[in-house]
Amino acid sequence: MALTATFWIMAVVIIAAALAVVFLRNVFRAALSLILCFIAVAGIYITLSADFLAAVQILVYVGAISVLIILAVMMTREVQRGSPHNKLEIPAVIVAAVLLGLLIYSVTASPWNISSEAPLSPTTVPLAAKLFSREGFILPVEIAATLLLAAIIGAIVIAREKDK
Amino acid sequence: MTIGLEHYLILSAVLFVIGLFGALTRRNAVVILMCIELMLNAVNISLVAFSSYVVPLLLTGQVFAIFVMVVAAAEVAVGLAIILAIFRGLADIDTNNINLMKW
Repeated sequence: MALTATFWIMAVVIIAAALAVVFLRNVFRAALSLILCFIAVAGIYITLSADFLAAVQILVYVGAISVLIILAVMMTREVQRGSPHNKLEIPAVIVAAVLLGLLIYSVTASPWNISSEAPLSPTTVPLAAKLFSREGFILPVEIAATLLLAAIIGAIVIAREKDK
Repeated sequence: MTIGLEHYLILSAVLFVIGLFGALTRRNAVVILMCIELMLNAVNISLVAFSSYVVPLLLTGQVFAIFVMVVAAAEVAVGLAIILAIFRGLADIDTNNINLMKW
């Protein structure tokens, strides 16, 4: 089945790219594999029939956030020094393994009540109706817009040269 | 073998744990931000999976994922601005050497 094959390919790509982000010495290559991970996550959204969210993932993460990260990598000249690890590696491995075990146990042991209906196929119009209707999420949308404006102004103020 | 909700949740858990490990152990501040992005993507995967398997007609999880993306974009913009400001002052973004406010 095509959906199964797509899921496994995307899952393997996501895990491999995420491991590369953490373990590659070269920061620039880590940023590139982070972009690969974002693209594979968009593929996972498509297998979940979330088409609008896949497009937003490509636009926002692959298009904007990765450009910001690559810009920061280039402006901080850390490419040559690599990404060394600190002394917390063994406790972090233990914490991560315990958390992974707990998560997998709780996921497999919980009785999820799976709905038998097929998910909505084009999600753009229902999402817009949810986001912008009065009984939907219009107040969080306005708050998110304010948050983005505050973040833009804050980023400009913080990153500006001071003595001008 | 058909793909169910558990597959997506376990994928999300593995991705989250990889991001957590990286955020705990790396010393480069930009790499720590990248690992936080990995963790946010893991949360988004599980939200969308819940949305399309448990309440397939309501789309609530996808709305939540959109808000997570908004907060992630704001967080990256402010975080990278802070990193650039620190780099301008200290010429270093190694988190072991940024200890001005440590006592």
